[in-house]
Amino acid sequence: MTPVCRLDQIEVEGGVAALVDGVAVAIFRTHDGNVYAMSNYDPFSRASVLARGIVGDRGGTPFVASPMHKQAFDLRTGQCLDDAAVRVPTYDVRVDGGVVLVGPPQET
Amino acid sequence: MSPHLRKTLVVVGHGMVGHRFVQAAIERGLTETHDVVVVGEEPRPAYDRVALTSFFEVGAKALSLLPAGRYDDPRVTLRTGAEVVAVSPRQRIVTLNTGEDLHYDELVLATGAYPFVPPVPGKDLDNVFVYRTIEDLEAIRKAARKARSGAVVGGGLLGLEAANALRQLGLETHVVELAPRLMAVQVDAAGGRTLSRHVEQLGLTVHTGAMTEAVLGTGKVTGMALKDRKSLDVDLVVFSAGIRPRDGLGRGADLAVAERGGILVDEHCRTSDEHIYAIGECAAPGGVMYGLVAPGYAMAEVVVDTLLGGAGTFTGADMSTKLKLLGVDVASFGDAHATTEGALELVYSDAVAGVYKKLVISEDGKQLLGGVLVGDASAYGILRPMLATATNPGIELPENPEDLILPTGRGLTDIGLPDAAQVCSCNDVTKADIVAAAAAGTTTRAGSTCGSCKVQTKRIIEDYYASQGEVVDRSICEHFPLTRQELLDVVAVHGYRSFDQVVEAHGTGRGCDVCKPAIASILASLLGGHVLDGSTRTLQDTNDAYLANIQRNGTYSVVPRIPGGEITPEGLIVIGEVARDFGLYTKITGGQRIDLFGARMEELPAIWRRLVDAGFESGHAYGKALRTVKSCVGSTWCRYGVQDSVGLAIDLELRYRGLRSPHKLKGGVSGCARECAEARGKDFGVIATEKGWNLYVGGNGGATPAHARLLAGDLDTETLVRYLDRFLMYYVRTADRLQRTAPWIDALDGGLDRVREVVVDDALGLGSELEAAMARHVGGYFDEWRATIDDPEKLARFVSFVNAPDVPDPHISFRDARGQIAPADVDGPVVLGSTIPVGAPR
Repeated sequence: MTPVCRLDQIEVEGGVAALVDGVAVAIFRTHDGNVYAMSNYDPFSRASVLARGIVGDRGGTPFVASPMHKQAFDLRTGQCLDDAAVRVPTYDVRVDGGVVLVGPPQET
Repeated sequence: MSPHLRKTLVVVGHGMVGHRFVQAAIERGLTETHDVVVVGEEPRPAYDRVALTSFFEVGAKALSLLPAGRYDDPRVTLRTGAEVVAVSPRQRIVTLNTGEDLHYDELVLATGAYPFVPPVPGKDLDNVFVYRTIEDLEAIRKAARKARSGAVVGGGLLGLEAANALRQLGLETHVVELAPRLMAVQVDAAGGRTLSRHVEQLGLTVHTGAMTEAVLGTGKVTGMALKDRKSLDVDLVVFSAGIRPRDGLGRGADLAVAERGGILVDEHCRTSDEHIYAIGECAAPGGVMYGLVAPGYAMAEVVVDTLLGGAGTFTGADMSTKLKLLGVDVASFGDAHATTEGALELVYSDAVAGVYKKLVISEDGKQLLGGVLVGDASAYGILRPMLATATNPGIELPENPEDLILPTGRGLTDIGLPDAAQVCSCNDVTKADIVAAAAAGTTTRAGSTCGSCKVQTKRIIEDYYASQGEVVDRSICEHFPLTRQELLDVVAVHGYRSFDQVVEAHGTGRGCDVCKPAIASILASLLGGHVLDGSTRTLQDTNDAYLANIQRNGTYSVVPRIPGGEITPEGLIVIGEVARDFGLYTKITGGQRIDLFGARMEELPAIWRRLVDAGFESGHAYGKALRTVKSCVGSTWCRYGVQDSVGLAIDLELRYRGLRSPHKLKGGVSGCARECAEARGKDFGVIATEKGWNLYVGGNGGATPAHARLLAGDLDTETLVRYLDRFLMYYVRTADRLQRTAPWIDALDGGLDRVREVVVDDALGLGSELEAAMARHVGGYFDEWRATIDDPEKLARFVSFVNAPDVPDPHISFRDARGQIAPADVDGPVVLGSTIPVGAPR
């Protein structure tokens, strides 16, 4: 896994973009202390922007809203909550000694 | 039933009560056995006399209770413009002024009342009026065109309505009341004082304890003489000093008449002749005349019931009233003067806000006996059903009844109404009736007369749907059961400073892209502070979060403020150099400034640094905030200009810059009536006149364009700014999320008039508070760009990748378009070397 930043560099309910093996990955930190990683690429707007979205929950599901057109993506699975046919890749992520590590894309 | 057995029912009078009687007769099937002939003296069918004052605004058509001009039932004949001059009970005949006789089997008198004019000298002069019919109002309007000032004799309900009418017609208005206070019947001394203050704030002059001795003038009114006081110079006089029952037909037919006037009727509203009934203001059940519409309606229902063989009775009426007089809410109910033995009074009074509330409660503190509300009658809908009367014990008061009138009290939202509680006293509709109608998908008449129970009715219907699992949801999102305005109120009241505090106290979950930016905007409006400070950073919408406008490829555009569109050549050169050095696309905006496109997020601080060093600041193009105040060139250069529009536009833009609001805000200033700044297409538009400035509000462009409408005219600059301060803060505080000014004004109860009451007339007494809030905003303003580039912590976020801050986002690329950059069209993610593509499914 690739170390990308310190945990305290990610705001609570905020996100950062990291370059992992040449790919833009968005890493989010939720209020309950969890850390999630998914592709930074918004398939709707075709721009690499998801890390800049607002983080919150829908009926308890943690999500990020695309900053472009507000489509919501489940932080745990990458599933788009507004369009069942769309999903973005998620990545293994771990916090070790205050450092955030991102691994390969998860199998779906 | 065969036709020759049908009976004839004649109704004399087609006012509100006569009309209600006919409606009830049709609805309850009385027309199955009776032909109904209605004879009305006025030239038009019944209209809403309660709302008479609105005639000037809405016209006669909107007031009509029978817009079709006839009833749907062919067995009902309506004859307007026809007067009954005599009743002959023995032959059962009424005689019309045409000489025509009509036979009746049953007769209903609903002739109403006439205005009382005291027998003072001069009462028959020209320009002396009463206030009862549409024709009266038409005559007053005509006379007002040539008049400067007017007086209303009578400071009761009707008198204040008439005074409002004179004021609307632009007259300097006096109210002359014999009693020591306004609305002496309904409110107590302290309530009367509060009411007087409101009325005087509107520019009316109130003379209480003043006796009218004579109307002065020869041929036409020139003034009024008051006992022991200076006489008034007025051009017209309206008598509105009470009403008297029109019982002449009854007297002529030798029917029994009450001592103080009115045709005496029993509890079935039957007169001393068994085939004649009297209802409404011409009747005196038990010797008492009722000068309100609701008891009249109740009498109408009782007579229909009696004629159908029912047992309905009229045994007295609740004289509770709730009105909006001159924009001031006034309500009075039950034993308002605390005459019941042992009665206790609870009083809440806020002289600054002009609010006075009193509850009269029983000695044991359990029953509500009456009350007075002035300035804020919102509690009426809740208090009214709790009222204990001789026949109805009401609802037992909660332990701390003062909660019911304290502004921070929880009101009665959580105290359920019993099914039998009367919600609409005008139409005698109970809570059970409303619930039954909602269940059956039909309607009731609740709220259709005076409208005071609308809020309560709405809540009952919403509660019903909620009980059926169909939630009527006005809340901002799933995390808060509140509207934006309610959210603003709770944040203001509790002094919250963070999203976490608000969601913990009033919400659930962790928020979303709807409530977070809304709360960020509310916190910014109330507290000031930097939008990228600490915990508010993550609440900001895309553009606010980066103080720039995101574009389709994830880059940003940058707009420095150019107040009023005025810029020096040096300023233009700096903007040109910045654009050239950072390779940005430039375009002139509609708001008279320059937009620089194609900045990568990590380039923003460096671009800002260059601009700020040259004296520029953020133009807030990214915020739900004031954008620009557009101007024409004005009197400085323009040969037509009458005022310095550029100077004012710059002052206004600098005053309101950075103001966070429910939607973006724009202004405009035109230096003459040619309106080259298109100010009326803006949320606030100012147009120069010879004497000052006209202020227009509520103009919107966008998908649903709206022209701004005149709020106030010929203002000096100081007054203009004061009104604008109030207008903008009122909007910021009460509009819904993303609600622009035009729909906000439309949604206000009272529309633009309401805005004028608050902003110009200061009817709510909110003016100084709104101005103070704006003063705080102006005093606390700082440039968000400068504050960001001076703060390393805030700057840390402006990197392309947290682990590779120097690597530009490889996904962003440009092409050339007409000699400048444009986003390259990308069909999919950019593939780097051997890495796997990520992104949209194919």
